[in-house]
Amino acid sequence: MIEIKKLSKAFGEKRILADISVDIRDGELFSVIGPSGMGKSTFIKCLMRLLRPESGQIIVDGVDIGSTMSEVTLAKVRRSFGYLFQEGALFDSLTVMENVSFGLKYLTDIPKSEYPRIVKEKLALVGLEKVENLKPSELSVGMKKRVSLARSIAFEPKYMLYDEPTTGLDPVTTGMVKDLITDMRAKLNITSIVVTHDLNLALEISSRVAMLFNGAFVEVAEPDAFRCSTNATVRQFMEISHLPNPCDPEDVQKMNGYNGKNGK
Amino acid sequence: MKHPILEEIGREFLGLAEALGSAALTLRSVVFWFFTSKFEFRETAKQAVKIGVDSMTVTVLTSFFTGMVLALQMGRSMKNLFNEPMYVGTMVAFSILKELGPVLTSVVVAGRAGAVVTAEIGTMKVTEQIDALYTLGTNPTRYLLVPRYIAFMVTLPLLTVFADFLGILGGCLVAVTKLGVSPTVYMDDIFTYLDVSDFMHGFIKTFFFAFMIATVSCYKGLNTKGGAEGVGKATTEAVVASMVLVMVMDYFISALLVAVGV
Repeated sequence: MIEIKKLSKAFGEKRILADISVDIRDGELFSVIGPSGMGKSTFIKCLMRLLRPESGQIIVDGVDIGSTMSEVTLAKVRRSFGYLFQEGALFDSLTVMENVSFGLKYLTDIPKSEYPRIVKEKLALVGLEKVENLKPSELSVGMKKRVSLARSIAFEPKYMLYDEPTTGLDPVTTGMVKDLITDMRAKLNITSIVVTHDLNLALEISSRVAMLFNGAFVEVAEPDAFRCSTNATVRQFMEISHLPNPCDPEDVQKMNGYNGKNGK
Repeated sequence: MKHPILEEIGREFLGLAEALGSAALTLRSVVFWFFTSKFEFRETAKQAVKIGVDSMTVTVLTSFFTGMVLALQMGRSMKNLFNEPMYVGTMVAFSILKELGPVLTSVVVAGRAGAVVTAEIGTMKVTEQIDALYTLGTNPTRYLLVPRYIAFMVTLPLLTVFADFLGILGGCLVAVTKLGVSPTVYMDDIFTYLDVSDFMHGFIKTFFFAFMIATVSCYKGLNTKGGAEGVGKATTEAVVASMVLVMVMDYFISALLVAVGV
């Protein structure tokens, strides 16, 4: 379980996160949505202490990593996390095989002879094959993201952080990644935190959705309750995403009319 | 009342203090991981090739032609003064071993390998590859910095020895072909008037230069901000800072070595 208490982060004089408090329960799929530049990526980077918060606590399985801690202890806590970066962040100088097996080398005791089998298995999970010997520069944007995902899940972490997992992907790959995120949770009981601006994705796959706006969560709710939220920012975001408020028949009618007019 | 110029000066000093503090923390981390982590042989060897072997051609050309021009100028000066190209070997070897060999090699390595290191680490920083290392259980200092420090510390002194040899050889070539000095006399001039401490004077300095170039290049790379433009800026800053620091450090380390009798 990850407990976040009064988490604050600023870059210089610009405040990005202000006193955020939320608990992320084991096994749940928690999505953070919000417009670009509102601190979503900052939020998940703080969870793994890739960014040091100004104040507040981040308690991962009882260990507070928010405050100062030695690099060695921090490294131990980080081992429970997998992280899918927005742009993939594959190591340019290494092949796909070396990239995907990187975490196995440093985070597990699995013998080296097992790496090719595990790498092939994880690559197959993300729909890739025969790419082991390619360098990241030889891959498309979508392939890079899938390799990055395979790298993150190779060592089967307890928590998985996804930073904009479907951005830049074609609809088929988007569907595959979406299924993979839900499968990971269902099969391996991995707790997932997804940061996205794709409200449809968040509402479809999450157990809870949080809306981050101006450094704070203005709404944290289960998808059904989120859809019915009366919060002005949430409503505005839903309207932009052409999603009606199911609890408001007038809104449903209005939105159906809009979608119908647009041939959706 | 705050004066804008004073404020600017204050800001610059604060920035410098912050950078020095941050560089010191990076250094502490390098020392910590150097002694506590497993030796990354493959990565270190790769870096030694990038930093040392790939810098060899430039080093060869620089030192060989420097030796040649030194012999030419000194031979001519001696001819003007004494009507004879005396002590050409002594002066070429003295200049190469004590100053030009280590300094020029360090400048070449700072410009070529230092730039490569900063650009590579800087690109990794702006594309989140450094963060990715953390997420995969690896400290970037351990995986990126320690191998590069070792590579710089091993290859720069070796390159300097190579440069010393080639510089003296270049000088010999000109002394023999242009000044009419026999190779025996040229070598005799060197062995009569120079000893091992003259070589050691230059050789010891290269370890300080290597450490400094590694620190500046890695620090600048790790603190790169702002995409491709930021990488270019960091690389330029690293090369300029390293080259200037080689010159500045050269004086102070030379003075120290002279004081202790090396």
